[in-house]
Amino acid sequence: MSFTPQHGAPVKSASTPLLAARGLSSRFGGPFEFALQAGECVAIQGPSGAGKSVLLRMLADLDPHEGEVLLDGRSSKAMPAPAWRAQVVYQAAEPAWWEATAGEHFNAGQRGFVDKAMGALGLSTALLDTEIERLSTGERQRLALVRSLAAEPRVLLLDEPTAALDPDSVKRAEALLASCLADDMAILIVTHSAEQAERMAQRVFRLDQGRLTTA
Amino acid sequence: MNAIHLGTWDLLAAALLILLDAALSLALRLGVHRQILIAAVRMVVQLAIVGMVLRSVFAAASPAATAAVVLFMVGAAAREVATRPKQRLKRHMNYQISVAVVACAGFATVLLALTTAVRPDPWYAPRYAIPLMGIVLGSVLNAASLALDGVLDGVVRERGRIEARLALGTPFREAIGPLVRSATRRGMIPVANQMSAAGIITLPGIMTGQLLAGMDPMEAVKYQILLMFLLAGASGLASVGAALLAVRALSDERQRLRLDRLR
Repeated sequence: MSFTPQHGAPVKSASTPLLAARGLSSRFGGPFEFALQAGECVAIQGPSGAGKSVLLRMLADLDPHEGEVLLDGRSSKAMPAPAWRAQVVYQAAEPAWWEATAGEHFNAGQRGFVDKAMGALGLSTALLDTEIERLSTGERQRLALVRSLAAEPRVLLLDEPTAALDPDSVKRAEALLASCLADDMAILIVTHSAEQAERMAQRVFRLDQGRLTTA
Repeated sequence: MNAIHLGTWDLLAAALLILLDAALSLALRLGVHRQILIAAVRMVVQLAIVGMVLRSVFAAASPAATAAVVLFMVGAAAREVATRPKQRLKRHMNYQISVAVVACAGFATVLLALTTAVRPDPWYAPRYAIPLMGIVLGSVLNAASLALDGVLDGVVRERGRIEARLALGTPFREAIGPLVRSATRRGMIPVANQMSAAGIITLPGIMTGQLLAGMDPMEAVKYQILLMFLLAGASGLASVGAALLAVRALSDERQRLRLDRLR
């Protein structure tokens, strides 16, 4: 069967990847060419300063870039930037908070999910009313993961999300992410841990000097 | 008005105070005597030049000469606004923003005063237009540079927070809102303080000058009130304008935070 897609309309078929990068580049690296299927996790490894964070930021359209990124075959340029970023959520290695407590970062509709996700990560919901400065780095990092997931992204771009966590908390975080993958989310995770890449990802990319290779 | 005329000897007598300062500096080894003497000479030369220029501009009463003086003042104020913040925007955006803000806020308030409250004949009479512009620009300069610095400095400090919100799909306007508000507030607070202190803690300079020049105190007070309102309006316009234009220069059509546009 063959068909001619209407010009400009998103082309969606069984083979359309959830997220695709086409000729994505900036002066910090690229061009990058890859695709993620729904439910797939890809890990990115590489030395510090190789451009891993820049790649994630370009995918979230937070940094200027050449080329394009497609979600369900639809280019990021075809929708308002906030709408794109709400679906392709980037979580920085050091997540920032703009209100006094973590709880103020969530709206009423997110509370049910937040309680469940915090339970899964072994966090007491009392932490929601604690001032951010008084939380430990690990608590902040797990709360940031809850915050990213509460936005209900279709693609999650994680930059070292478990770097500050003890082994048990890492296990819990990975289990929570695995359940999201089962719900057809796609995850791109930058991690220094080869073991974590092996446990979570179907494919592992290596990024070195702005070039992406399959490990 | 019957001002008491000041002669050369009157000024020379007051200049003894400068020598007193210099003597104090030498006696107490403060090391500021050179600085004070040079500043005093500079002040005298600068003011003498201004006096001569204004005398000839007032006498000529020509729109072109008045416009030239006013434009020079606007340019000098804009330059000061652009160079005060530590952070600079690329491609001379600091200057473009400063010129736009200083000119708009300055002209809007001074033209309002000239056409409604003061109403000299002709409306551009340099004796009114130039001093009004001078005092308004002083406030505009202060407000605009504080607001500009508030945005340019704040955006570097708050980068993580702003981008964390952008990354979750928050529109740029909303993510940058708190910074714009705090920067604008910074620009407007001095004039609010000035208004609350006027008359109680300080006698404003203009009013003092008019009293010394022999004006009736109530008339001088009315002028001072008018000027305070003008300064408040000009500060508000300048703060909002500088903050909004700076934020616009730091964003793009994809609602990104473009810190690469800072030098």
